Amino acid sequence: MIHARDLRKSFTDKAGHVVEAVRGIDIDVRRGEAFGFLGPNGAGKSSTMRMIAAVSPVSGGELRILGRDPAEHGPAIRSRLGVCPQEDTLDNELNVFDNLYIYGRYFGIPKREVRERAEELLEFVQLTDKRSAKVEGLSGGMKRRLTIARSLINRPEILLLDEPTTGLDPQARHILWDRLFRLKQQGVTLVITTHYMDEAEQLCDRLVVMDRGVIAAEGSPLELIRAHSTREVSELRFPVGDHEATAEKVADLGERVEVLPDRILVYSDDGEHVLEQVHDRGLRPIATLVRRSTLEDVFLRLTGRTLVD
Amino acid sequence: MSAPAVPAGSPLRPWEGTRLLVLRNYVTYRRQWKLFATGFLEPVFYLFSIGIGVGKLIHAFELNGHSIPYAEFVAPGMLAASAFNGALLDSTFNVFFKLKYEKLYDQMLATPLTTSDVARGEIIWGQLRGASYSVAFLLVMWALGLVHSWWAVLALPATLLIGFAFSAVCMGLTTWMTSWQDFEKITLVQLPMFLFSGTFFPVSRFHGVLRWVVECTPLYRGVVLCRELTTGALSWESGVSVVYLVVMGLIGLVVVRRRLDILLLT
Amino acid sequence: MSATAEPTLSRDDHRLSSWRGVVRQYDYHWTVYKRTWKSSIVSSFLSPLLYVLAMGVLLGGFVHVGAARLGGAPSYLAFIVPGLIAAQAMQTAVFETTYPVMGALKWHKSFWAQLASPLEARDLANAMLAFTLFRVGSTCGVYFLVMSPFGVFGTWWGPVAAWPATMLVGMTFATWTFAFSAFVEGPDSFGLIFRLGLIPLFLFSGSFFPISNLGPVLEWVARLTPLWHGVNLTRMLCLGHLDWPTAAINVAVLVVLLVAGWRTAVRSLTRRTAL
Ligand SMILES: Nc1ncnc2c1ncn2[C@@H]1O[C@H](COP(=O)(O)OP(=O)(O)O)[C@@H](O)[C@H]1O
Ligand SMILES: [Mg+2]
Repeated sequence: MIHARDLRKSFTDKAGHVVEAVRGIDIDVRRGEAFGFLGPNGAGKSSTMRMIAAVSPVSGGELRILGRDPAEHGPAIRSRLGVCPQEDTLDNELNVFDNLYIYGRYFGIPKREVRERAEELLEFVQLTDKRSAKVEGLSGGMKRRLTIARSLINRPEILLLDEPTTGLDPQARHILWDRLFRLKQQGVTLVITTHYMDEAEQLCDRLVVMDRGVIAAEGSPLELIRAHSTREVSELRFPVGDHEATAEKVADLGERVEVLPDRILVYSDDGEHVLEQVHDRGLRPIATLVRRSTLEDVFLRLTGRTLVD
Repeated sequence: MSAPAVPAGSPLRPWEGTRLLVLRNYVTYRRQWKLFATGFLEPVFYLFSIGIGVGKLIHAFELNGHSIPYAEFVAPGMLAASAFNGALLDSTFNVFFKLKYEKLYDQMLATPLTTSDVARGEIIWGQLRGASYSVAFLLVMWALGLVHSWWAVLALPATLLIGFAFSAVCMGLTTWMTSWQDFEKITLVQLPMFLFSGTFFPVSRFHGVLRWVVECTPLYRGVVLCRELTTGALSWESGVSVVYLVVMGLIGLVVVRRRLDILLLT
Repeated sequence: MSATAEPTLSRDDHRLSSWRGVVRQYDYHWTVYKRTWKSSIVSSFLSPLLYVLAMGVLLGGFVHVGAARLGGAPSYLAFIVPGLIAAQAMQTAVFETTYPVMGALKWHKSFWAQLASPLEARDLANAMLAFTLFRVGSTCGVYFLVMSPFGVFGTWWGPVAAWPATMLVGMTFATWTFAFSAFVEGPDSFGLIFRLGLIPLFLFSGSFFPISNLGPVLEWVARLTPLWHGVNLTRMLCLGHLDWPTAAINVAVLVVLLVAGWRTAVRSLTRRTAL
């Protein structure tokens, strides 16, 4: 469905500096899968997504969407994509229903059919009772759901979602995840960017970890964790200022130790055992936690930085 | 250990707050100096176009027994109208934007500033801007030989009076506005006033009740005042105008304060 | 990883035609217009009539010069009405292509939403300009109709022919203003455009007085402005005194500017949106 080789994107900012947002990435997204881009702010996720959406010219490398070059077949490609951009582009001057209806008309869908689809989609994203409401008054989660409904108006084969849940409360996120999961079951290919590892773990069959415009790792969430982290992580919190010194004392307890500003992470296959040993050495952390490894740990391993800072 | 007591009364001296508000407007305006610098051009363009261009098609007008060329007739009209337009713009669009969108006043009232400071500050700021335009316009008039009397010097305070009266009243009205659509109503009043208040042609063009109505409108009073001053043909009409505009401004000021208190201190 | 049975595009494989690109946005502009037409009544219909009343009728009562000094018009009212209509065409066109364009780019962002659909920058510019044509056409059309009973037009066909002329003037300004709005970062420069562009053009391009009153040098400057060509053409048609060579020059200037402006507008928006 999507095929990229050495894909590049650079911008020239106002001062004339060239910003290389994407610096040569290779991806292949297959029909029906949920593919994720995980990475911190500025990693180049949105730039990649906009190229895939055939709205942003490619600066270098090769890109094929549905087998075609977006530079030449932009309109044809876009007619079969659904796009949910990072920043909502809902029209505040129109009401909820009209946002869907008018957007559908851009695709040349006949009026009657757009109306039917719009009603169905409002149902699907649970906004039927907001049908005639102004967009301005909607909550963040509702706006996001409306944007997703809008991106589905042309029954797309590929749905691009750029940070679909950033800024939403937990409940709104879960509603969204549920809807996206249903779409996937209906066979829609999903491409999602996020900087939340739990989201990537929940939704993606396969993902790439992006950092500074390049791909740092690739695989399913489980594969990535297996390849780049241990089974468990022990988090230790000590009084302010002691972390560096303390880290040396526990350095040999796990396969690896990371010192963060507020805590120390010890990577091992048995977290409880690490805690026991810490206590045996006379160290008294103010708080401890043992958990399973997540993609956050993979990212920390690969880049030395946390995802959300 | 008890907290130090808050001294009684406002920590700011009465005019301090007003000065701060003016300063804030000055800082934001400085970034838009081009807009500021070109603001005085509009009445000048009208003067050249209507006063001189159209003036060539028109014979002299009669004013209080003197005969004056059309350009001399239109120029003071433009002077008054520009004070009027400037005051209206500042006290409606700009205040509405700050009130409803920027929530600027809410933020200011969270400090020791009071609603009176806000009202006074906005009006004085508008006056400073308006005064600089008036001076520039009077100089243009003088350079074109359209001024023949030393009374013209008093046209500057006259434009300030016009600005004050309209700023106060319009700011009051702005507090009742709810959406941008309401500004259509402002235009609905502003444009007829601009065109029919004796600015471009003498009020003698109207008859009966209509003439009486025009003579009672505030911009007509302002135009008469300016025209009598720049031409030096003074009459009791100027006295009426001064009293009219002062009273109008004071009423406006009282209303603004009340309304701002209601709107912002809830 | 083999790309198994890569799906390819079959239907809709080509770019949309310009015509279809515009038609697909008809619903959008119509829906917005249904909501906003009321608030445009004052600026589109009432303001121009107030100018006619104040300047044409009331001030015009003081104008006692022969038709020779009024470009052949029998009265000042007959002189000023065509000029004011042409100026109104310019103003309507400029207003429709400044804040609305900035809004579509920066505030309500409808351009960005539209670009994610099969529409292209060219289609967005065309649709917005088509809507502007509708606004200019309807505003000027009403203006001509309202003025026709007052005996200011020389012939019945004059205003009929002048109507498309005002649309030509309007669209010349619309395309260039669109290009400018799509080029500038924010709306700050609009204030300057109005003050240093729109108002001087309105006041000095022959709408209110014959440009010969400006003196020989400024008269030639005025002749170079597109609005003068529009005013002159509209006035000649309305009064029924057609000087064919001048009219041909007026039309040619406006058409050339319109075509160049349209291409610049499309290029400007394409560049702005290709990030
Ligand atoms: N339109 C643009 N002009 C200039 N620089 C840009 C533009 N868009 C993105 N960038 C830069 O490209 C880099 C990657 O941005 P982006 O793709 O938005 O990252 P992400 O979505 O992963 O947060 C950032 O450094 C950003 O500042
Ligand atoms: Mg992004």
